[in-house]
Amino acid sequence: MSTRDFLHRLPGAANAFQRPAGWLERIHIDFWMLMILFVLISCGLFVLYSASGESLHDVERQGMRFLVALAGMFIIAQIEPRHLQRWTPVFYLAGAVLLLAVLLFGVGAKGAQRWIQIPGIGFRFQPSEIMKLAMPMMVAWFLANRPLPPGWKHLLISAVIIGIPVLMIARQPDLGTSLLVAAAAVFVVLLAGLSWKLIGGFIVLGISALPALWYVMHDYQRQRVLTFLNPEIDPLGSGWNIIQSKTAIGSGGVYGKGWLQGTQSQLEFLPERHTDFIIAVLAEEFGLVGIGLILLAYLAIIGRGLFIALNAQDTYGRLVAGSITLTFFVYVFVNIGMVSGLLPVVGVPLPLVSYGGTSIVTLMAGFGILMSIHTHRSLVRK
Amino acid sequence: MSEKRTLKNLDLEYRLFKERIFVAFAIVILLVMVLVSRMVYLQVYQYDVYSTKSDKNRMHVRAIPPTRGLIFDGKGRVLAENLPSYNLMFVREQAKDIQGVLNTLSEVLELSETQQKEIAEQTYSQRRPFHSALLLSQLTEEQIAKISVNRYRLPGVEIEAQLIRHYPYGPMTAHVLGYVSRISELDLKKVDRSQYAGTYYIGKSGIERQYEETLHGKVGVQTVETNARGRVLSILDETLPEPGKSLKLHLDADLQYAAMRALSGFRGSIVAIEPKTGGILAIASTPSFDPNLFVSGIDGKTYKELITSRDLPMFNRSIRGNYPPASTIKAFMAIAGLEEGIVTQDFTIEDPGWFQLPNDDRYYRNWKRIGHGTVDLRKAIVVSNDTYFYNLAYNLGIDRIYPFMQRFGFGLNTALDIPQASPGLMPSRDWKRTKRKSPWFPGETLSVGIGQGYWQATPLQIATSMAVLANRGKWVQPRLVKSIDSKDVAADNKESPKDIVLSDERYWDIAIEAMVDVVHSGTGTARRIGKRVDYTIAGKTGTAQVKSIKQDEVYDESKLAERHRDHAMFAGFAPAHDPKIALAVIVENAGSGSTTAAPIAQMVFDAYLKKERGLRLTDSAGGGKQ
Repeated sequence: MSTRDFLHRLPGAANAFQRPAGWLERIHIDFWMLMILFVLISCGLFVLYSASGESLHDVERQGMRFLVALAGMFIIAQIEPRHLQRWTPVFYLAGAVLLLAVLLFGVGAKGAQRWIQIPGIGFRFQPSEIMKLAMPMMVAWFLANRPLPPGWKHLLISAVIIGIPVLMIARQPDLGTSLLVAAAAVFVVLLAGLSWKLIGGFIVLGISALPALWYVMHDYQRQRVLTFLNPEIDPLGSGWNIIQSKTAIGSGGVYGKGWLQGTQSQLEFLPERHTDFIIAVLAEEFGLVGIGLILLAYLAIIGRGLFIALNAQDTYGRLVAGSITLTFFVYVFVNIGMVSGLLPVVGVPLPLVSYGGTSIVTLMAGFGILMSIHTHRSLVRK
Repeated sequence: MSEKRTLKNLDLEYRLFKERIFVAFAIVILLVMVLVSRMVYLQVYQYDVYSTKSDKNRMHVRAIPPTRGLIFDGKGRVLAENLPSYNLMFVREQAKDIQGVLNTLSEVLELSETQQKEIAEQTYSQRRPFHSALLLSQLTEEQIAKISVNRYRLPGVEIEAQLIRHYPYGPMTAHVLGYVSRISELDLKKVDRSQYAGTYYIGKSGIERQYEETLHGKVGVQTVETNARGRVLSILDETLPEPGKSLKLHLDADLQYAAMRALSGFRGSIVAIEPKTGGILAIASTPSFDPNLFVSGIDGKTYKELITSRDLPMFNRSIRGNYPPASTIKAFMAIAGLEEGIVTQDFTIEDPGWFQLPNDDRYYRNWKRIGHGTVDLRKAIVVSNDTYFYNLAYNLGIDRIYPFMQRFGFGLNTALDIPQASPGLMPSRDWKRTKRKSPWFPGETLSVGIGQGYWQATPLQIATSMAVLANRGKWVQPRLVKSIDSKDVAADNKESPKDIVLSDERYWDIAIEAMVDVVHSGTGTARRIGKRVDYTIAGKTGTAQVKSIKQDEVYDESKLAERHRDHAMFAGFAPAHDPKIALAVIVENAGSGSTTAAPIAQMVFDAYLKKERGLRLTDSAGGGKQ
């Protein structure tokens, strides 16, 4: 008699197995997560319609992307976490190889090589997107079977696992993505229980390394930092974006100017309004109320994600779920912080709302992993 | 794997993880609060700042210039109109490389060096940001095509359609209408600046200047929404401009043409007035200039030629030219003598050809050196005897001449709507004392008696005095404008001199009949024209001395430099017993009034009174001696 059969015969077992028997859960979809995603995506499409200059075409394309990404999420959710865990090193290595390939034969624009073009079909993608998931999974894979909190030796190995791909992404150069990928991995280490003393030490070290960072930065990156510190230096050039986005947000007021009524966005004063700066469109047209609601939706996703992490049945699942959720929040925070002038301008789209392909697929794959972790639980801890 | 699991403390790990998740969630909440506070700061506390900024971004106020009022002659012919013109406009803020754009423009349009300087000056002139500067006006089709083709190289450059002033009669009406030209900073100081936003022209002289406010209209305002590239997307609010009012003048274009043509080749002036209304029927001054040159922007060389010419083409002789009225005022002196009881109709003198003051051996000579024999008042006017009027003036004295001549408008600007007209100079004892700081000498009274000496009058004044005479003392102020937007302008203002009422109405007849005889009797100084007309003219010739002739010297035209020759004059009205037109003709340095001025006056009378004028307004008149 297997363990499973044994459990089924325990008193009250029938009730215990009744609870997750919802049809959604049976196809490994988390109802609450799906609901919030739907709400957020629909709101995003509404804002996109306005931000794209009432282009139904853009909205349809974005809708199609979501459908594809949702399908991807659904498929990934079907994979049991233990299979995910087993294939993690392969996934990670493949990503690393692709990153190497980008450095060698990548294509790109504006002086950066970020894409891999698959010849014959017009398909191209950014291997760094793979790393956004592969990286935390790999660190979690490594630490899950080690005693936690991790010791020095394991931390060092983790640092190597993190460092190599991050450096490769930074060389493309894509500082923003490399930092986000690194953050995702660092979250795993932090959640694994890195001691507060060490955390404090790293923070101090990081801050003292900031000046050194200045010297390795590219000119355009330095320019961004300078512009962030004082946008009025060059109001018609590099400062334009941030001045216009702050104007858009501020002029929205509490209730906003109304859908399709935002003059900053509709009259094209706001640059990149349907991609990185889309939150400014929302802020202008729906005001503080709109911002509050969208932040609430994001908070709900993060809450649900952390809830899934807490309820995950093994260390690997916990670490991966926690990291994916927190990384998602970092995207949200960095994007809104940047558009509202709290952070320097880095090319981070607003997750699930900004127009654009690759990031959506990665994000939804992440949610697929979360759902997989949540819906494949059994009553017995492994 | 199983051997490693033994080293793990699962409970501890889970508690640690739980703790970390809660800390992470707390940080997430904290950071969300940071974002919310940032948004509250921007959208609530800074709302006013950004709201204003956003409106400033999108809203621009544009002025819509009013259409300038038209000017018509008395018969409704257009004297000043607005024609469509294409202007080259430039918004320097839209060009990154301003000088580059100017260079490209110069190259594309093959501009001359002065033009290049001009467009550079216009470009860099002080202006509100994003307001366009007018670089060139009246572009040709070819220029428009060239600019359009090179548009991509010319950021900030636009072609704008605008109405531009045009004077179809050109030099013929240049002095009276004046002209509009580019507004200068100085002009803007004198007017309500806001009314001229979007207007590039302003009346600089003549009626265009005098009636500027009426002709200009009221500016309209348009609030427009523009996008980031400055393109107008929609009109948010609009107040339409109020077009300028149209003026209808008393001027008769046919008569003006006749006057200009009669004067062509001379420096001179003709003013013709309708005695009944005071309306100025013709007001010609030669040489003249083309006012249209000033509208489009006159080039420096032509302008310099115009203002430095000895013939003073820019000078409006009709209202600003001060000439001794000479014998043309003899009728008024006669009336003064009659009214003051100095002479009677039958009073005579014996003329030896000169007059002498008591206790003075100086000879005041008659124009005819041998004298006119026995001279009565009628003959004195008809042959223009000077001796008679020396005697009359001596007996009247300056203190009685001065106020009497003022009653005819001398020394005053009596015009209703020509404030820039000169008042001339009617000398008096007071004037001499205050202005010349010397006492009045009796001999000076004699000079005034024949319209010489200090006495100066404009052609407009002389024509006006003739109109008053034609009206037998009833005053009508001379005026140019008949109606504004079909509404008749007010009658005389309070500055109008009082009607002249004489103690005996017959005095008018005596003076007027004598003037009829000037033209129509066998001895009259203008008898030559009397034979050529089939209506009666009451007139008086005059010959104004430019250079005083020394004692005992004889005037010899051939010996004098052209500029020192006498001015020929004629003043009068016709028909004598039903006056329809009063006029003054002055031809500078053209000799005697009877030989030069009288025939010119006849041409004008003919043009007005003979219905079969046969004159065509085809060839341009009045180029004159430029």
